[in-house]
Amino acid sequence: MPKNEKDESAFGLKLNPRLLELLAKLQEIELEDFEMEVGDLEIWLQPGAVAAPGVAMPKLAPPAKAKPTQIIEAEFFPPVESYLGKVVEVTLGATKKKGGSRGKAITIGGETAPPFYTFEQPILHPPVISVDVFDMKVPLAKAVKMHVKDVLEDPAAWAKLAVKKFGADLLTVHLISIDPLVKDASPKEAVKTVEEVLQAVDVPLVIGGCGDPKKDADVFEAVAETFAGERFLMSSLTKDMDVERCAKFVKKHGHAALSFTPMDLNLARELNRILYDYLPKEDIVMDLTTAALGYGLDYAFTNMERARLAGLMGDPELAHPMSSGTTNAWAAREAWLEMAPEWEPRELRGPLWEVTTALTLLLAGVDLFMMMHPAAVKTLKDITKQLLGGSSGNADRLVEWVSMKT
Amino acid sequence: MSERETKTKGSIRELSPIDVYKLLPRTNCKECGEENCMAFATKLVNREVSLEQCPPLLKKENEKAYKQLKELLKPPIREVVVGVGDRAVKLGGKLVQYRHEFAYFNPTAIAIDVTDEMADDEVLDRIKRAEKFSFEYIGQILRLDMVAVRSVSNDADKFKALVKKVAENTSLPLILCSLNSNVLEAGLMAVPKAKPLLYAATKDNWREMAELALMYYCPLAVSAPNNLKLLRSLAKTLTAYGVEDLVLDPGTFAGDGLADTLNNFTMIRRAGCKRGDELLGFPLLGVPMTAWMDRGDAPEEVVKWKEAYTAAMLIVRYADAVVMHSVDGWALLPDAVLRQNIYTDPRKPVAVEAGLKVFGSPDADSPVMFTTNFALTYYTVASDIENAKLNTYLLVVDTEGIAVDSAVAGRKLTAEKVADAIKASGIEDKVKHRKLIIPGKSARLSGEIEELSGWQVLVGPRDSSDIPKFLLEKWQKQA
Repeated sequence: MPKNEKDESAFGLKLNPRLLELLAKLQEIELEDFEMEVGDLEIWLQPGAVAAPGVAMPKLAPPAKAKPTQIIEAEFFPPVESYLGKVVEVTLGATKKKGGSRGKAITIGGETAPPFYTFEQPILHPPVISVDVFDMKVPLAKAVKMHVKDVLEDPAAWAKLAVKKFGADLLTVHLISIDPLVKDASPKEAVKTVEEVLQAVDVPLVIGGCGDPKKDADVFEAVAETFAGERFLMSSLTKDMDVERCAKFVKKHGHAALSFTPMDLNLARELNRILYDYLPKEDIVMDLTTAALGYGLDYAFTNMERARLAGLMGDPELAHPMSSGTTNAWAAREAWLEMAPEWEPRELRGPLWEVTTALTLLLAGVDLFMMMHPAAVKTLKDITKQLLGGSSGNADRLVEWVSMKT
Repeated sequence: MSERETKTKGSIRELSPIDVYKLLPRTNCKECGEENCMAFATKLVNREVSLEQCPPLLKKENEKAYKQLKELLKPPIREVVVGVGDRAVKLGGKLVQYRHEFAYFNPTAIAIDVTDEMADDEVLDRIKRAEKFSFEYIGQILRLDMVAVRSVSNDADKFKALVKKVAENTSLPLILCSLNSNVLEAGLMAVPKAKPLLYAATKDNWREMAELALMYYCPLAVSAPNNLKLLRSLAKTLTAYGVEDLVLDPGTFAGDGLADTLNNFTMIRRAGCKRGDELLGFPLLGVPMTAWMDRGDAPEEVVKWKEAYTAAMLIVRYADAVVMHSVDGWALLPDAVLRQNIYTDPRKPVAVEAGLKVFGSPDADSPVMFTTNFALTYYTVASDIENAKLNTYLLVVDTEGIAVDSAVAGRKLTAEKVADAIKASGIEDKVKHRKLIIPGKSARLSGEIEELSGWQVLVGPRDSSDIPKFLLEKWQKQA
């Protein structure tokens, strides 16, 4: 539990909403110049493909050993590679037309190049963010809690806030109360919670279990059956569950499965192989485990980077879109703990911890982020837009940082 | 064809200790401290020792072999040293593009800027903050590495005075920044032997900058914003001029153009590591502080936030040094920790030895708790116990170096493992009670642990910083 809940200064409480507001303002400024359509990506020029204006380029190099008197021209060819594999595309959520009730469906995956190697391939489907909604009061960092304090025991209100104010692409409904060690809520109660959220918003949903292999299976089955055709992502299927049973009801009722394994690519392949017996590849997203910045992020990063590269190199068992429980960033005490004054305020440090964890994994290839803090969500969305936008910076002025006044 | 200078080199993973061994003296003299030349060769391939640790190899008669070995072991990304003395910083020296292919060396150096238009107090304060930045993490101290001294006024005398002041107040290596070679030279005269990084050679000033680099034996940064053809041409030209230590700056877009920046850094590193392109095989400099350009009326927190996350992306995508303006701990700490994480050697498990650890002088009534053998978890718990001066037993359970919550989720931490660890540790002979305090994040294992071990479980706090409070409130009441 975060300490010092009570002795927060008024400064801390005010600062964060202000940051959000400021970020929002800044975004508007940036968006004024942002008019690129997706189709423009195809004709987007490669950096370096155009020679700098005004540079004299002599045809012949001077004799060896003499100091050059002019720039010796060298070519640059983008080191483009080709890949055998393609990440499968997985669609989450179903519209009325497709047998569900969502406003729109979201497709992730489909990569044919490493993450954001847009010098090789444009991005087919941008990464998306699923914001956490809990079905009961859970310990939250103060920096997070301040944004959701009014909706803590109302999943439907929480869902609306996350979609309307935080800009969630999807929502993860965490059914914590079903845990036999917590409230042991029945599958029926879980179905009711999901129903409430489903009515409140029209984005696709991820259904989060409690981690108990038996109980999760029971609850997932009830949810899958009641909301057949909605194409939820069941988070998650693990090796110690009755995988056959779970995969069968996921398939039967038209949903998708999140295949979760603990930081081991062999286990990830193994679980996916078992799932292939019951589910088409297009129904499987994988979660290779996210550890927080400072608490094993290096493992998570390298695991995901390896998985994606292996998938592109032609290993079909790893060529699935990847999901990350980025909220785990808040497990790092540096994200929420009150520290010595030189590291404060934690209201900024905390969400930046989540952003840094997210960006690191964005660059490893994550397609679906499960996140928590609104400023972190907003920042990741802004950056994703920048990364899709291609070239629009003013390169000539870039070196002026040298003499910039600050 | 201009691609002639691009030669294909074998990847680091293809280098075998045998290839290295063949060129060593093979006398098994042990002067290097190893049992034999083969052991030394293996360590050379693993980059755990340097060639210079073999005294016979440095003798005249082995000169040829030494040179061949140097070439064989040469990293595709050149290692460039900035500064002199204890705090000198090594940039680059990378062997691979992806850390899982081997390991990354020489963590991204973080520089903080000062300018000749800042008041003296501000300059000194910023230097002090750069010097004093210190964060203890898994038994290491995370620090900042360099000071970037910028000429804003374009006045040679002012710049010289500033460089002198900075050098008098810090031993951190410097980056001297001005596109005017006269200004830069004035600064260099204040620190003629400090080997600062000179920033920067451009298409307009490269000759003068090259002369300065040669005259003062300094590494030289090359700037060609968003133009890799020009960057490569300048690298070729400067190399031909005789400047060997280059640092490449393809430009950092902190907002619009970020996609280009990531592409440029990625293409350069791939060309260097995978294609053996020597003209791009130099360390990379990122400048997240470009976030401060065109900031409009954006408030400081927002710019610092943007600068910090831009740095994070560059640390992941191959920057060997970054220049930052913000000196705020909240903004720099995530980057400093990220850098440490990314540069951790993936070949070595980050775990401590499992077993029973004793803190203070516990007796038969002292508390017994357990944690995992993930190094970070262990050190965090240990430092919280030590700081509170507790007398306690701590059972370290082998979870294959995974933290508590992930280990529970991934079944690396199970009731069986905990029960076995209790039995194996001999703790049952040391204490009279049978009460085990378990981490809050492993609460779900309570029942099973009680069943399998016969011990009573007390669910402890979710974070070890609350252990002292927990013991005070829960343990002492129990006892």
